[in-house]
Amino acid sequence: MSTMNTVGRPTAPNQVQSKPATLTGGRGLLQNEALIFEGDGWGKTGVDLPEPKTDGSDLGDLVRKDPIGLPGLSEPEAMRHYVRLSQKNHAIDLAIYPLGSCTMKHNPRLNEKMARLAGFSDIHPLQPISTVQGALELMDTLSHWLKTLTGMPAVALSPKAGAHGELCGLMAIRAAHEASGQHEKRRKVLVPTSAHGTNPATAAFVGYTVVEVAQTEDGRVEVADLASKLGDDVAAIMVTNPNTCGLFERDILEISRLTHEAGAYFYCDGANFNAIVGRVRPGDLGVDAMHINLHKTFSTPHGGGGPGAGPVVLSEALAPFAPAPWVVHDADGYRLIEREEDEAVQAFGRLCAFQGQMGMYVRALSYMMSHGADGLRQVAEDAVLNANYIKARLSDLMSAAFPDGPCMHEALFDDEWLKGTDITTLDFAKAMIDEGFHPMTMYFPLVVHGAMLIEPTETESKAELDRFIHAMRLLAEAAKAGDVDRFKGAPFHAPLKRLDETRAARSPVLRWTAPEGSNQAA
Amino acid sequence: MRYLPLTPDDRTAMLAAIGAKSIDDLFVDVPEAARLDGPVDLPRVAGELEVERALSAMAAKNATAGATPFFCGAGAYKHHVPATVDHIIQRSEFLTSYTPYQPEIAQGTLQYLYEFQTQVANLTGMPVANASLYDGSTAMAEGVLMATRVTRRNKAVISGGVHPHYVKATETVVHAVGVETQVLAAAIDAEAAVIDQIGPDTACVVVQTPNVFGTATDVTKIAEAAHAAGALLIVVVTEAVSMGLLKSPGEMGADIVAAEGQSIGNALNFGGPYVGLFATREKLIRQMPGRLTGETVDADGERGFVLTLSTREQHIRRDKATSNICTNSGLCTLAFTIHMSLLGETGLRKLALLNHEKAVATRDALAAIPGVEILTDRFFNEFAVRLPKNAAEVVDTLAGHHLLAGVPYSRLAPAAGMDDVLLVAATETTLDADIRILAKALTQVLGA
Repeated sequence: MSTMNTVGRPTAPNQVQSKPATLTGGRGLLQNEALIFEGDGWGKTGVDLPEPKTDGSDLGDLVRKDPIGLPGLSEPEAMRHYVRLSQKNHAIDLAIYPLGSCTMKHNPRLNEKMARLAGFSDIHPLQPISTVQGALELMDTLSHWLKTLTGMPAVALSPKAGAHGELCGLMAIRAAHEASGQHEKRRKVLVPTSAHGTNPATAAFVGYTVVEVAQTEDGRVEVADLASKLGDDVAAIMVTNPNTCGLFERDILEISRLTHEAGAYFYCDGANFNAIVGRVRPGDLGVDAMHINLHKTFSTPHGGGGPGAGPVVLSEALAPFAPAPWVVHDADGYRLIEREEDEAVQAFGRLCAFQGQMGMYVRALSYMMSHGADGLRQVAEDAVLNANYIKARLSDLMSAAFPDGPCMHEALFDDEWLKGTDITTLDFAKAMIDEGFHPMTMYFPLVVHGAMLIEPTETESKAELDRFIHAMRLLAEAAKAGDVDRFKGAPFHAPLKRLDETRAARSPVLRWTAPEGSNQAA
Repeated sequence: MRYLPLTPDDRTAMLAAIGAKSIDDLFVDVPEAARLDGPVDLPRVAGELEVERALSAMAAKNATAGATPFFCGAGAYKHHVPATVDHIIQRSEFLTSYTPYQPEIAQGTLQYLYEFQTQVANLTGMPVANASLYDGSTAMAEGVLMATRVTRRNKAVISGGVHPHYVKATETVVHAVGVETQVLAAAIDAEAAVIDQIGPDTACVVVQTPNVFGTATDVTKIAEAAHAAGALLIVVVTEAVSMGLLKSPGEMGADIVAAEGQSIGNALNFGGPYVGLFATREKLIRQMPGRLTGETVDADGERGFVLTLSTREQHIRRDKATSNICTNSGLCTLAFTIHMSLLGETGLRKLALLNHEKAVATRDALAAIPGVEILTDRFFNEFAVRLPKNAAEVVDTLAGHHLLAGVPYSRLAPAAGMDDVLLVAATETTLDADIRILAKALTQVLGA
């Protein structure tokens, strides 16, 4: 034992002050990770399969002969590759993710466990109906919760994302106008300037002309402007409520009354339903159709950009036009109506091959049942409380876009307070990254200059909010004190520095290709 | 409530900081007539155990693919997914992250999307692929719309071999924007019938291989005919594993490939979420729908990845966007790319051969049953048979005996007059014993 080398153990901080660049480009736990195509995986595989007894020669000329170009990784290599990549991502599980309009709330793992029950994950969409009664029961139960929470009589579950839900809602509206012989003259859809980009994109996609509606000084739809544009050439209005400025449309009842008087339908973008769930039913506001992003209000994971789910609740007037398929519950149990032709209804068609996002239905119902009616009401209250707390604590340093009165679930600031600092909203956001926070939504809504839209959600503790507010205050003070370099070059401490998006768009490189002269596949 | 961190004391302190007397002060903008006094009429807060019991009870009422001899396909396939896949996609950094709009702290997502795009491009034999769409059927609809933008023509000719639900989902959307569709009559082996229908107004022809009846087709001649008339060829693939054995759509001249990627890495999930694969030719990328990841460098010149060509998309272009799509199928693309990385070309080719082998064995077993007629000649892992009885009734009867025998074609197209046609799929998960059970049960039911 006397020969044991103890030098260097235990370690103690040394006195070297400078921070030399690493020799390999790796930085501690943050590893450089090559593309799978750049390794030695050509010909490798990470699965053990039995030897096939056929070579496919019965298919003759149909057989693929040239190399496909797919490297393989053994299981340990695959695990390392993806775990190394994962460590370059921000995540809700790491810190507050205050993206306004996105509702980045905690994703309960019970939801994941439930969605993976074989009885939900390992069933085929076209199995005999007698073998999927529990799945249809789940869809029916989810529908009941969504209808009760929104005060609406019908729901189309199948849309696969919020924008797909918008498409569903506008298609139902269009079908209703066609049924009443008014489609030819009703070719306009009114959309406030503050709307999500998907609203005008969807309306145009369905063939409507988009007409913008002005906004008041206090961030709401200008009712007089709306009234002047409503007429018998308008098919629908698309209003987000609470709106994208994080404000409740005070005149919402007047808006829906005027819309209906003009013979148009009221499409509500339900992206911000989290602010009012359990406290306000959109059905009581005169809404005819509203999509619900299950990945926002009902906590299904965002997963780096999907998959989402966007069921659409419908009013009595639009319900007959809902797309196939849908679930019916009668004395014989649950049935799935897949071909609307067989039914005496006016369904506008079908939006996707099967029943929609079953995996998301399970997660959303798991979340709803966990909260219950009382818990969901508390969700809205805490989400609104958290946003107002941030607004109150930052308004002395940053300029709130609409300082008067409370906001709903998100606090909106403009860049007025950065005037004269030479620092932009983008610079400020990138500096937040260095402090360990994901930036808020920037430059949206378009109606607010240099917008910074902060949505904390109800799943942030007061301690986390205080930590975020503390960092924001320090950054705001640094900006005002002229510490420009901290912002202009930021981020300095992220896995990468600021990326050249212009270059990426100018000469797009959208895939890996083998370097010239190499004999690698593809 | 376990997901809500604020304590009553926190709420009181925060209201004080805001200068509000009660939470109701923050909801003053809601018109009084629309305010709810208390919780709506639904059950109250429930613990994990209660929720798990309630949902498990529902799950237990379903017959699962893994617990029965299973032969359903028709656009969704039962494959084995390595345990690694589900573990990785549940990592916090992937599961609980948003769309990678801040690339400096989203390189994990962006790099796997770039790898995914390359894998999909190579698998389909096409130069470029996007970061995925919702599913195969919506990818087909987007493909038709893209073809009308590219050709400035207004009509799609669709083969009778394309999955009827794909056709319906496509028609629903494209009719709304005034695009015409001509759908040919359902036919087991007649993809080339589209050739005679191509005219000067044809924006695209849409064919599927293997088609909904399982028939694999070399579409090279269809591509030539389409191109000669200035139209695009869209190839639909509902079984991604097939491209490990069959000539790729790109090799055969496709301009757009719209495929379902569920088979690689993703569970059946009763129909969703799935992952739409979308690939095209280089010169058409600016007309492509959906997200794209591209390579670039950071301020130090280090390679990195960003979402790119977003000027096509709704958040920039609003009513001038190429599509209203605002998402991809994130985690499903991750599952796809992990499973594909584990397979590699070697594993994929082997997997595809095993699928073919099992389907051939199933075909041989069914061909020996009196009264059963095999309709599909050249197939990958799925084929159609004609039964001497109504196929849906046979399937229902067999389901009562814990056997999921396939998909009756009438389930997809009741009006096609093919009530006696059954679609039968086999995969690497099919056991020889499953095939024997199917053959025996079918013999009994048909003999009865």
